[in-house]
Amino acid sequence: MSALLTVEDLRVRFPTRTGVIEAVRGVSFTLGRERLGIVGESGSGKSQTGRAIMGLTPLQAQVTAKRLAFDGIDLVSAPAKVRRDLRGKRIAMILQDPKYSLNPVMSIGRQIVETLRRHEKVSRGEARQRALDMLAAVQIRDPARVFDLYPHEVSGGMGQRAMIAMMLIAGPELLIADEPTSALDVTVQLEVLSILDKLVTERGMGLIFVSHDLRLVSSFCDRVLVMYAGKIVEEIAASDLPNAKHPYTRGLLNCMPVIGADRHPLPVLDRKPEWAL
Amino acid sequence: MTQAVAVENLSVVFDDFKALDDVSVEVASSESFGLVGESGSGKSTLLRAIAGLAPATEGTIRVGGREVKGTRRDKAFYRAVQMVFQDPYGSLHPRQTVDRQLMEPLAVHGIGDGERRILKALDEVGLGSGFRFRYPHQLSGGQRQRIAIARALILEPSILLLDEPTSALDASVQAEVLNLLEQVRRDRKLTFIMVSHDLGVVTHMCDRLAVMQGGRVVERLSSADLVAGRIAEDYTRSLMVASGGFRREAQTA
Repeated sequence: MSALLTVEDLRVRFPTRTGVIEAVRGVSFTLGRERLGIVGESGSGKSQTGRAIMGLTPLQAQVTAKRLAFDGIDLVSAPAKVRRDLRGKRIAMILQDPKYSLNPVMSIGRQIVETLRRHEKVSRGEARQRALDMLAAVQIRDPARVFDLYPHEVSGGMGQRAMIAMMLIAGPELLIADEPTSALDVTVQLEVLSILDKLVTERGMGLIFVSHDLRLVSSFCDRVLVMYAGKIVEEIAASDLPNAKHPYTRGLLNCMPVIGADRHPLPVLDRKPEWAL
Repeated sequence: MTQAVAVENLSVVFDDFKALDDVSVEVASSESFGLVGESGSGKSTLLRAIAGLAPATEGTIRVGGREVKGTRRDKAFYRAVQMVFQDPYGSLHPRQTVDRQLMEPLAVHGIGDGERRILKALDEVGLGSGFRFRYPHQLSGGQRQRIAIARALILEPSILLLDEPTSALDASVQAEVLNLLEQVRRDRKLTFIMVSHDLGVVTHMCDRLAVMQGGRVVERLSSADLVAGRIAEDYTRSLMVASGGFRREAQTA
């Protein structure tokens, strides 16, 4: 499998008043056209890894890497113009909460059309048609009606589908999904995931799925990176997860209450300082 | 067994929208009762109606045998019933220290001995006295939720209303908070009414549960029944399937 994305020794630092905080400390992995999960708790650096690849790190942060290449393009030294053209067109990102990440004063259809017309020269009529087709592809029943709705007029699940439509319309090769279903109800979660899964498989995209829910990620991805304190502590095939070696991975797996398992009290993580070394 | 909370034929109507439609629920004292359902099913509204935060349009609510009406509650009610909210980022005053937030309920109810009670409450939720003079922004999400629980417990209530107490937290922190809640329930023989959309959490914490959909209770069952799959309603079954995680076969269906 040819590598779509190569990350070697990625570091993200935030200078603060009290010193430099290193959120990502030397992350390396390669991604082909596969589904990769990144799992960790809040503050483990999983989202910052995704954002650094996307080029959405805040201005004051410093991103360094020995190598950060997408399809042969060096992302660290690429000028802003090149990154802008990549972003949305070839690399797209789905964010956690549609309530906050959609533009509240622009109809859903216009937001999707905007993405498309930024990256491709298409007529208005064609753009509208493709947006409608895309809305239908994410299983929105009445695309023509939803096209003219504003984000506050749709439910969370519908908003998240609209966001998926917006991200996929330009036909990206790499999709970064940052907790795409954490803000949704359990029943809606599965619907959104199966739509995402279907589209990713059909279009042969690479997917990076960032989440704190290890079980969910392992049921969705081929391979899982487990992050702790800005580092990858374990890389494991999803099917191999029950045999995870690192105590942190095992802790994450065991701490969820499972229907039918009578465990009182629940096992909790005993965080060891040496994990962060 | 005595009843802690009895809700009969309760309806809550906001303008034209029926948030709760003829809901009846009984919770025995020192029982742990779960409410499950998706967003908009009315599970939080039921909890808020009991606490007096949502107006009951019809029906009766009895707490500890006494009927409570409207949205007015007396002090004795609040000493017996306390609530923990979903979002620990929103439910603590951002410009008050932990000490002041814990002192407030004591001051409202004219309870002395604040010093000792605050230290005891902090100790009980597993935070040392070092957290006493911090502000909420200096705490993590899990620590904040512990403070919210300490604030609820400091009045020594007998009933605790829990509105998705762990859904804003990481899985690993959720385990810690759930363990804490179980322990205080055991130690103090508390009655819990717990709202969650996560069946795993509810079956772990509760003996019995009610499944809600569209403002109605569609099914009442015990956790043991749920675990054994003795489910009558399709909706409960679909929730059960959903909580099993993503399966690739599901996409073809």
